[in-house]
Amino acid sequence: MIDFYFSLPDIVRYIIQGIAVICFLFPVGAACSMAERKVAAWAQDRPGPNRARPWLLARIPIIGPILGYFGIFNLMADGGKLLFREDITPGHVNKFYFVMAPIVAMTPALSTIVFVPFGAYLDSAGQILPVMLANVDIGILGVFALASLSVYSLILAGWASNSKYPFLGAIRASAQLISYELSMTLAVVPVLLWINAPGTTGSLSLVRVVEFQSQPGFWGGMWFVFIMPVSAFIFLITIFAETNRQPFDMPESEADLVGGYHTEYGSYKWSLFFVAEYCQMIVGSGIFILLFLGGWNPLPWIPLADLVNWLHDLLHWQWLLHPIFVGLLSIGIFVTKVLIFIFIFMWVRWTLPRFRYDQVMRIGWQRLLPLSIANLVVYIIAIALLQK
Amino acid sequence: MSVIQVQRKPLSLAERTYIPQILSGMKTTMKHIVAKPVTVNYPEERPEIPPGYRGVPTLVRDPHGREKCVSCQLCEFVCPPKAIRITPGEIPADSPNAHVEKGPKEFEINMLRCIYCGLCQEVCPEEAIWLQNVYSSSGYTRAEMVNNKQKLYELGGTLPDTHLKWDKKKAAAEKH
Ligand code: SF4
Ligand code: SF4
Repeated sequence: MIDFYFSLPDIVRYIIQGIAVICFLFPVGAACSMAERKVAAWAQDRPGPNRARPWLLARIPIIGPILGYFGIFNLMADGGKLLFREDITPGHVNKFYFVMAPIVAMTPALSTIVFVPFGAYLDSAGQILPVMLANVDIGILGVFALASLSVYSLILAGWASNSKYPFLGAIRASAQLISYELSMTLAVVPVLLWINAPGTTGSLSLVRVVEFQSQPGFWGGMWFVFIMPVSAFIFLITIFAETNRQPFDMPESEADLVGGYHTEYGSYKWSLFFVAEYCQMIVGSGIFILLFLGGWNPLPWIPLADLVNWLHDLLHWQWLLHPIFVGLLSIGIFVTKVLIFIFIFMWVRWTLPRFRYDQVMRIGWQRLLPLSIANLVVYIIAIALLQK
Repeated sequence: MSVIQVQRKPLSLAERTYIPQILSGMKTTMKHIVAKPVTVNYPEERPEIPPGYRGVPTLVRDPHGREKCVSCQLCEFVCPPKAIRITPGEIPADSPNAHVEKGPKEFEINMLRCIYCGLCQEVCPEEAIWLQNVYSSSGYTRAEMVNNKQKLYELGGTLPDTHLKWDKKKAAAEKH
């Protein structure tokens, strides 16, 4: 089975892998919308959506009621409803760009995952190999390049809708996303400076960042969030801003802009914007975890390889060292971390009110940008002294 | 000294970063996330109805199962939205209730008009009309939402009553 898979031509394999990842990412992105409603309900002391119980599926013992309780059937019903609902295109919009905007929203959201390693396995020599779609050197740069395209979807949507609220939303979106992108990039630079010590081949790959956090020793096993807390903090805030999450959801702000850039959208196109937002959140938190929280390593100072070897010593099961088990374990650890992060996103959303537009701008330009520049300068000097 | 100028303190550095406030807010939210929901899964779970609840107005019988309403029509007059419509009738002489002069032939409360004010209960000299614990009434037509006498007694049932005013009156009348 595995041999047959590796005998396939590369292009076919890449397509299969890509589709597999999208088939995971898209439904998870959609499921996040239900998770959001559930978290909202819990935060407001309600049980949340738990009513939909199709008569056959809900009869399955144990699983049926659990699925019902977590609103999985509501989610399916919502998806079906959005898919089959009449797709209204208002008469006053620019049809071409109106249709294009949700597609442009989906594309970067799904394609940034290419550069994200989501797990690792050990080859026969005990070397760690990443599980990812394209292990290329540009790594994080590719993520930033693709992710910054997502602002176009908001601008296109707002502009093509040809009415006031979407237009204001689009203007806010462009200002906000561009302001925070600067601090975001500057916050990551110290990490990359640190891993590209003199004498090594330069690389921006996220795999390298994780490898750096899984070395033996006190400093080697330290996650970057401990070494560079300020960078991590700035990066975290900018992820919130870049994914338009509360308290930064200026472009949408349903209180003053009705729905912002997607006011004129309905049915499936509208849901694409949402799935794209959640996919961005997933990828964004994935990158945060890779950069600052040790990627697929279970705990600080306990790398994946140690965990597997330790389990093997304890239980002596041969399959514990099998690449497939290690791969699944590492993916499991990584996905768990991502899901915890998504929960934090939602937790924050149901806690905080929205910033005012001027506050968003002030935080972006007058606080985060100087802070990230100062942070960068300090780390440049420190790294220059340490890695001489 | 009639006007006190309140000084607005400038925000401290910690406050200007928003972080302590955000964290304490998140703590509050987390408390609610782990807390039990305050709402109930309605049709399956029903809320506990406290005593004295003002639900749908109903007619009640006395402990002997006799009709209490004497069709005085005070409730009909007092009802602010005019939800009550009573058709008074005579009680036949051979009835065990004959000592009571009147009884309602028909008694209708239009639940589309009723505002659950409880004035009917307050005004009733016979304690015959009670707002009890029925809180959900529904129907497909307007006609269905008018509770007739039979329905009102079904909803009302019997309430304990220690006065038994008419029994005393009857006994007093028989003594003379
Ligand atoms: S509760 Fe108020 S509105 Fe309803 S029937 Fe009695 S008096 Fe009328
Ligand atoms: S319910 Fe009470 S107030 Fe109304 S008619 Fe009967 S006795 Fe009179």
